Amino acid sequence: MDLAAVIVVETVYAVASLILISAGLAIVFGMMKVINLAHGEFMMMGGYATITAVNLGINIYIAMLVIAPIVVGLIGLLVERLVIRHLYGRLVDTMLATWGLSLFFVGIVTMIFGNTTTGISTPIPGISIGDYQINGYNFFIVIISILLVLLIYFVLKGTRLGLIARGTMQRSDMAAALGYSPDRIYMATFFVGSALSGLAGAVLAPLVGLVPSSGGAYIAKAFITVISGGPSVIAGLISSGGFFGVVNQFFTFAISPVVGEVALLVSAVILLRLLPQGVTGRFLKGKL
Amino acid sequence: MREITLQRFAIALVIAGIVMTLLPLMVGTYTLTLLLVYGMLAMSLGLIWGFGGILCFGQAAFFGLGAYAYAIAAINFGESTVPMIIAVLVPAAFAAVLGGMMFYGRLGDVYLGVITLVVTLIFFKFMNSTAGPEYVIGTARLGGFNGIPGYQTLNVPGLPEQYIYGDSLYYVTFIALFVVYWLVNWVLQSPFGRVAVAIRENEQRASLMGYDIRARKTVLFAVGGAIAGLAGAFYANWAEIVTPGLFSLGQSAEIIIWCIVGGLGTRLGPILGAAGLAYLKFKLGQQMLIDNAVITGIILVLFVLFLPKGLVPAIEKIWRLSVGRKRGRRPARSRRGRAASHG
Repeated sequence: MDLAAVIVVETVYAVASLILISAGLAIVFGMMKVINLAHGEFMMMGGYATITAVNLGINIYIAMLVIAPIVVGLIGLLVERLVIRHLYGRLVDTMLATWGLSLFFVGIVTMIFGNTTTGISTPIPGISIGDYQINGYNFFIVIISILLVLLIYFVLKGTRLGLIARGTMQRSDMAAALGYSPDRIYMATFFVGSALSGLAGAVLAPLVGLVPSSGGAYIAKAFITVISGGPSVIAGLISSGGFFGVVNQFFTFAISPVVGEVALLVSAVILLRLLPQGVTGRFLKGKL
Repeated sequence: MREITLQRFAIALVIAGIVMTLLPLMVGTYTLTLLLVYGMLAMSLGLIWGFGGILCFGQAAFFGLGAYAYAIAAINFGESTVPMIIAVLVPAAFAAVLGGMMFYGRLGDVYLGVITLVVTLIFFKFMNSTAGPEYVIGTARLGGFNGIPGYQTLNVPGLPEQYIYGDSLYYVTFIALFVVYWLVNWVLQSPFGRVAVAIRENEQRASLMGYDIRARKTVLFAVGGAIAGLAGAFYANWAEIVTPGLFSLGQSAEIIIWCIVGGLGTRLGPILGAAGLAYLKFKLGQQMLIDNAVITGIILVLFVLFLPKGLVPAIEKIWRLSVGRKRGRRPARSRRGRAASHG
């Protein structure tokens, strides 16, 4: 019974963390059709921003939820202005350029912080269920993920800003004709996407030992989740995040964590073979 | 595509011979061998990406597979001739299966990229976790994170005691690269290669003309895998150890960067890009001021933004604009004359 509870909690956590990791990339890819391969490095920089802020004596929650997104968002803004905006509509070129950026950021962070592992301790103590101990921080991540998905949904669906953004993504020429500058809106969207990446990296920072190259661990998972999700931002995120999270945890508990990881990757290959347009390319079409 | 003539082949042979003897005077053969291996690896991606339009984010998978296949076979057989063949066949077969799965599923560009990337990651994760004694193929232990050391390196066929190493490994690798380069040339100017380029240019039109795109792409992908596997086998001989790092994302990224910088859609470009950038990296590794990744990253971004076609086409263009202009008219006229005589 206790074990069942632990498995449920761990599975929910796995799904939530996948969604958290992928949210920033999903916004940028779903809305702008730009694949940001520097996404993992944005997360890594979010983590470093948090750690630096905490070491300077700032409250950890402020550091994670406010400072890191703003810092990474601003970096994203700079990247968009300097590189990405020249490459809109050239999918493969953006992938390559952002891959270059990811290498660049890894190098820069290595030069500043050194190639050593840094970390902060989790601010929430563990919780015991029967004989088992669960990291209490996992619940925090689950809550953050749920809030994040609700927030994205509300902003896109309920606000005028979201309406303008969605309109621009569908028909930028129409939006321009109605007096909204697509250039500005792309810029703002990329800022939001980067900020979300920073937030994700910051929230996950206490759980992992952070090294300059830790972005690589995230990018593949985020990339797979977003692409398998397909064109809809939120429906795709939830469906593929849910699927991969469950597959991963099932094999992790049944066999071993490594097999869990491999099972996730293999299931992604099979899923894409069966649904080449992603989950929401076939099901839940037209949903947000 | 210019035709392969005996004359052009002879000229290339002479140039290659001169380059082969002159290079060791400037750079040590130990470093040179690695540069050649990387050149061969880049050529494999240059073939399938530059001429087939297949962007593979996981060319490192075939490279690593070739190296591992060689190491495992060499331990089991105790000599190197059969392992070399196995190291080409295994990645080729794997590429054919993987390619068949992807192309018969009619996957788009991005999805192709994701799947190849994921496959590379699977290898990386799996090989890293094979430290236990239960992971054995024949008498070879896979060794997990530490990789496989201590296998038989390249020897003269039939004579397991006659090792080929050091300077002679460099010459053998150079000759192998030259042979593969001309095989690629031959493939590209054969009907198969021409149809591959047609598919790259317009897939729908080629398929409407009756060519089986899926089969052709699969075969091309397998050829690319075979070349990458051969490069992997030479790498295994050079390094004398194979580790899961061969399957890393960084390795895949580098191959793509070489191709972009050297010039896509050219045959020499990827080789030169690989050798040049690998040498640059080697030189940069000796200084502590700037991290290597920063420079690699900046190079990739700048090339995508300002020189997306790569160095070789750019140099060709400059050459044609400056030096070639004076002689430019004569070839044009002779070409017209030939066309007229055909007509």
